[in-house]
Amino acid sequence: MIDQSFHYEGVTGHPRLPGRDIKFSINDVNVYYGPKHALKNVGLDIASREVTAFIGPSGCGKSTFLRSLNRMNDLIDGCRVEGQVLIEGEDIYAPEVDVVELRARVGMVFQKPNPFPKSIYENVAYGPRIHGIARSRDELDGIVQSSLERAGLWKEVRDRLDAPGTGLSGGQQQRLCIARAIAVSPEVILMDEPCSALDPIATAKVEELIDELSGNYTIIIVTHSMQQAARVSQRTAFFHLGYLIECEQTDVIFMNPQHPLTQGYITGRFG
Amino acid sequence: MPRNITDIVRAGLKKRYRAEARFRLYGITAILAALVLLFTLFVTIVSQGASAFVATELTLSVPVTAAVVDPEGTRAEATLSGANYRKLVLDALDAQFPDVQDRIERRKLHAIVSDGATYDLREKVMANPALIGTTVTLTTPVASDFDMLAKGQVDVSQPESLRRLNDRQIGWFNTLKERGLVSFGLDRNLFVNADSRQPELAGIFGALMGSLYTLLVTLALSFPMGVAAAVYLEEYAPRNRLTDIIEVNINNLAAVPSIVFGLLGLAIFLGFFGLPRSAPLVGGLVLSLMTLPTIIIAARVALQSVPPSIREAALGIGASKMQTVLHHVLPLALPGIMTGTIIGMARALGETAPLLMIGMVAFIADTPEGILSPSTVLPVQIYIWADSPERAFLERMSAAIIILLTFLVIMNTAAVWLRRKFERKW
Amino acid sequence: MKLPKARVSRPRSPPEVEGADSENGRPDRREAFSRKEPGPRKPRFPEASRGKDSAVSRFIAFSFHCGLFLVIPASVLIFGVKARMDTLILICVILGLAAVMYRMGMARALRVGDGTRPLHSTPVYHGLYVALWCVIPSLAFLLLWLMFEPAIVRGLVLASLPDSVLSGPDGQPLSAQRIQLIYTEIGNVANGLVPVDSPAALMEASAYKDRLHLLGNRGTWAACLAIALGGTAWALSRITPVLRTRNKVESVFRAFILMCSGLAILTTLGIVLSLVFESLRFFAHVSVTDFLFGLHWSPQTATGPDVSKSFGAVPLFAGTFLIAGIALVVAVPIGLMSAIYMSEYAHPRFRAVAKPLLEVLAGIPTVVYGFFAALAIAPLFRSLGEQLGLDVSSESALAAGVVMGVMIVPFVSSLSDDVISAVPRSLREGSLGLGATKSETIRRVVIPAALPGIVGGVLLAASRAIGETMIVVMAAGMAARLTANPFEAVTTVTVQIVTLLVGDQEFDSPKTLAAFALGLVLFCLTLIMNIVALYVVRKYREQYD
Repeated sequence: MIDQSFHYEGVTGHPRLPGRDIKFSINDVNVYYGPKHALKNVGLDIASREVTAFIGPSGCGKSTFLRSLNRMNDLIDGCRVEGQVLIEGEDIYAPEVDVVELRARVGMVFQKPNPFPKSIYENVAYGPRIHGIARSRDELDGIVQSSLERAGLWKEVRDRLDAPGTGLSGGQQQRLCIARAIAVSPEVILMDEPCSALDPIATAKVEELIDELSGNYTIIIVTHSMQQAARVSQRTAFFHLGYLIECEQTDVIFMNPQHPLTQGYITGRFG
Repeated sequence: MPRNITDIVRAGLKKRYRAEARFRLYGITAILAALVLLFTLFVTIVSQGASAFVATELTLSVPVTAAVVDPEGTRAEATLSGANYRKLVLDALDAQFPDVQDRIERRKLHAIVSDGATYDLREKVMANPALIGTTVTLTTPVASDFDMLAKGQVDVSQPESLRRLNDRQIGWFNTLKERGLVSFGLDRNLFVNADSRQPELAGIFGALMGSLYTLLVTLALSFPMGVAAAVYLEEYAPRNRLTDIIEVNINNLAAVPSIVFGLLGLAIFLGFFGLPRSAPLVGGLVLSLMTLPTIIIAARVALQSVPPSIREAALGIGASKMQTVLHHVLPLALPGIMTGTIIGMARALGETAPLLMIGMVAFIADTPEGILSPSTVLPVQIYIWADSPERAFLERMSAAIIILLTFLVIMNTAAVWLRRKFERKW
Repeated sequence: MKLPKARVSRPRSPPEVEGADSENGRPDRREAFSRKEPGPRKPRFPEASRGKDSAVSRFIAFSFHCGLFLVIPASVLIFGVKARMDTLILICVILGLAAVMYRMGMARALRVGDGTRPLHSTPVYHGLYVALWCVIPSLAFLLLWLMFEPAIVRGLVLASLPDSVLSGPDGQPLSAQRIQLIYTEIGNVANGLVPVDSPAALMEASAYKDRLHLLGNRGTWAACLAIALGGTAWALSRITPVLRTRNKVESVFRAFILMCSGLAILTTLGIVLSLVFESLRFFAHVSVTDFLFGLHWSPQTATGPDVSKSFGAVPLFAGTFLIAGIALVVAVPIGLMSAIYMSEYAHPRFRAVAKPLLEVLAGIPTVVYGFFAALAIAPLFRSLGEQLGLDVSSESALAAGVVMGVMIVPFVSSLSDDVISAVPRSLREGSLGLGATKSETIRRVVIPAALPGIVGGVLLAASRAIGETMIVVMAAGMAARLTANPFEAVTTVTVQIVTLLVGDQEFDSPKTLAAFALGLVLFCLTLIMNIVALYVVRKYREQYD
């Protein structure tokens, strides 16, 4: 059992990545839900074009942190974010930043597959349509096809693009949601436990897809499964009770964790 | 990517935010439109009806001569009640205008006094026969046409032929006013009388009692039955065909037009069972059939909100099903059921159409004495008055609407209060 | 005396509720629960009933029984001669009796349970068992009697009349209507409204009717009380320790609540049967095709062989749909947009004020809307029309439709609110996460997702608009006109039902029966709409459950 009175702050400092191409630079972020202090003094850098995984026991704040990266927390009543989240040097919480534009740059895939109750085609075309990205029907068709291809779904659905997206299997639905997210060509894709509602085979496919996408997109994935983090990510951050405990190369985290809490978690002593 | 997505998104933003603002505007406009209509409705009602609570009254000194009231001096009740009080009142009025001698003119003059004056005088004398031989100061409502005149509802600038009152009548009335004999007072008749052919005598009390009796019947029938049906469906009913049919039926009945229930009442209660027309009993039967689905649905929701753990606790220590329901589940669900019942009753109070079908729309000048005597109800009284051509009845109608709405507000407030007070999150 | 253990007691606190609730909500909840708890339960076996074993108390009980069994019926027979007693008093007496019998049943259960075996059920159930035997048979008898009394009395009275009264001058038997008139007259005589010149036969018949009533009344009292006491005696005699009174009482309870739920079926059946039966009589005069497809409606002039041609209901259907259509055009956008604004945009404080205000619209009686339409909106439209050079009738479909629309706004908005909030949060987040604005999310994701539910709600609203009566009775016209012009006066199905049935009625005339045929059409139409709507809404709910 962990000593709950353990003083976490400043355990690892704010892990910086000097010399790397940085997508997000986060300084002293605090998130409150009403009176509840959900995220405490979190700071780290996230590199471009690689997969970063957030792990930690439930309620540790990893999903909250993920949602604060494209301001999805704005939708929750009573939620307050303090600190700096810089995307390529620009604070996303600055008053002049447009949240619509931000979310077009930072896409999101959710825990439960949530295709719209529309056709497969309309699901993927939704983002390009609202943002006015495609100038013609042909261009839109092209975007839809390439997104589905990149999500590895094109072969399975090419004959039934007009079928409802909700009629697909769970794994297909999640890949459809990924296709929907990449259709607006975001720079970053946030994934909030994307495989927790899927069976192992579908999970494997999605993981494979994440691996393929990591060359072109910055991917941040929240996961419950340490194995998944180990499989798909290059860097891993460990959260506990609202604190960022440790952020390192994935193999370092799993082979040689610095912090006793991380050690305890990955060896399964709590979580 | 051939083009920079961020630039494209940024270029479209202005237009999209304009659409966003427009959409919000539609929303707020819709709400405001509805609220403005609501406001207009209330303003219309109040502006038309407020004046009905005030009556124009005429004060006359009436000599109660023994020769007219009780020539033989027996003071017998039959003599006193049959005496010609109208003559006394009219004589007193004539005394104000000694120069009006022509019979036709005089009749026009007498139109100022309402029949109510006669009744008032009789009441006074019967209550105190010692008044005979003295002069009584009588303050009674004037006839409705003059009431309208006093309240400024008569357009005096119109040509005489288009008016219900001629110039001379208006002149006499103004003379009375100048003599300080005309005053305004609370309209007692509105509250204590039943319907009448004379607007100034018509009141809502009869209709109010009719509504009360009807609602009592409705409540007595629909509350126990509705709760019982809800208990069956929530706590007992097996998942089978019959239960499904019952549920579909209840949901449909909640949406059947009210007038169809009226037809049912006409064919079954009046036609088949031969119950009396216009009776609150039949009205109550029809309304309880209408209210039943509302109560059942509300009671089921209330029962559903009682957590299963309560039932398990009771059953677990050996309580029977009935004991579980009656001792534990029902008391906890009662506030919710009461709320639903009050709302159902409020709806029944405002219901009109089915009652027209079973004859509660008749002209009834007596206050009903029970659930079998012919009566009308408040909303039907409103309908009857709205149909009459006289301006004075419209004023009465608006007053009746104000009273009806007051009752509804009270009932709904009670329901909201109950819900707030006993609201419980499990 | 050895007492059986009480089988049931009230739990002091609810059991643990699993999940998050138990973390912090529990102490409060327990407190709330125990606050509601009434004081300690009364003991199951009242102290007073324990002492019943003494000789004196036995004697008292015995004489009490004798009193009940003998004195009450006797006194009814004696006093009933003088006074006609009300049915209501009879019911009260039976209920009072039942209360007494309840105590007796309990006492008896304690006495027979005196031995070694415990009672199967608690004495309360024995008391209830006896009380039910007292109440149910006698009230059932009373109900049956009340249902059939008028018919029996009528039959006897008419049979007592000499043939000369029941046949016309030509010796032929009178028509059913004439006989009804005569019977009504007899009733009037009996009620003291004596027409001076009524024939002696009628006077006699009315006196006979009076006697019958009195006899029936007294007979009912005696019979009801006898049945009540007989039932009680039977129940008391059966009480033994092993008698499963709890099961019996519970099955009566179950039967009662089943009957109450069955009332819904009975009501529907009553509606269908009465409408169909009267409509069939109507269609004996008028052909179905003439009624459903005829273009001419003028029941007031319906006479002669061409009666069928005066009952063409198409203009009524057209008027109904015109007004309902106008109502929906007003109500759907306003209702839908206000629901969206309330649930997606409005500040909680604004919602807390505006939402109840909108609901006030639903609570206003329709007769008030009728007044508003007829006396405020219609004249307004008329004068507006005059200024614009339009000829707006003073009973225009527009005025009735607009006001009806206002009436169903809260209906549409609360139904849309329900379905919109049933759209899962994940869909909204999916769309917002892609960078859609709020209105884009609503228009392109939420509303399409909620569409089946919204359509269902609109159907329900339409069915309500079609069946609405008072607004159209007061604000729409009487003239059946086939027009699509909203500025003209049209009439509706409900208006005609009211017009045909209010006022003096002659049963059996096609004019009156037409109302039932219209009612049948109205019922079928709204029924279909409701069933479809409820089905659509249910399917929609299931989709997101």
